[in-house]
Amino acid sequence: MAKEQICWEDVEVGTELPPLPKIADSLMLVKWAGGSGDFNPHHYEDAFGKSQGTGGTIVHGLLKHAWLIQLVTNWMGDEGFMKKFSCQYRGIDHPRLMKTMNEPQDGETWLCKGKVTNKYVDGDEHCLDLEIGVENGEGGITTPGTATVVLPSRAK
Amino acid sequence: MVLEELTQHIGKVDPPHVREVEKGSIRRYADAVGNDNPLYYDEEYASKSRYGGIIAPPGFFGWSAKTIASSEAIIGLMGVLINAGYAGILDGGISYEFYLPVHADDTLVASPKVKDVTAKEGKSGTMIICQFETSYLNQNGDLVAKATQHLIGRQL
Repeated sequence: MAKEQICWEDVEVGTELPPLPKIADSLMLVKWAGGSGDFNPHHYEDAFGKSQGTGGTIVHGLLKHAWLIQLVTNWMGDEGFMKKFSCQYRGIDHPRLMKTMNEPQDGETWLCKGKVTNKYVDGDEHCLDLEIGVENGEGGITTPGTATVVLPSRAK
Repeated sequence: MVLEELTQHIGKVDPPHVREVEKGSIRRYADAVGNDNPLYYDEEYASKSRYGGIIAPPGFFGWSAKTIASSEAIIGLMGVLINAGYAGILDGGISYEFYLPVHADDTLVASPKVKDVTAKEGKSGTMIICQFETSYLNQNGDLVAKATQHLIGRQL
């Protein structure tokens, strides 16, 4: 991968991060359960999800959090450092079911988005604040958040 | 009132538990997210990076069967919520402060505690918001990150 490293000087307030598309399907939720250790049946038993008032199985909040972290870390590059991150699971997302062993049925695609809201120097760190979020297929932000990253500076 | 009973849990701590950050678990976590950054699996690539070896994506602290849902402090709190009719429990969000990268083969000690319990009036009635804070120390005794999670209890 080793793409060109972005520097603090390359970025302005308002700079948008390249959107990261994601498809949450049953397969991804099963892999996430195993990979993260979160075996809450809310994410694989439809009837249990209905009993919890969410209309069926739902996408793990922490999976969406991991998408957003990928959005930011991909963009900031290997030399960047994420100092702070937060996100809130405001909206419910339901996964696509499977069409084949590997392919999901047609349906919703999520977009992880972000933009720079503040640019400043804190001590010897060149910082950026970001507004981030997961957008559902209808254009609503189900998982808004913020992050603070430190980027390398050409001045150093 | 349930809130009074719940606030007695504030400050309760779990016995610290050890999390070994194995390479294979980093790889499975990143794969579940669909995150193909070679820093998380390619030894040769990662050894030439500033980290000198494979690291974990921010937010991954080693695989453990001990998740927020199996924490003793949280099970006690959830019992009170469920008995009081707040049986719809959802993950509300997470925030982090990151201090150091987590490297493959690190051994972390996680210490979760109940930080706060508050009530909030929402569209669908009263919500109880429980905040849990977990600190992660590495094998050198250095604080690598602090995570704050919010669990929301709703009446079904």
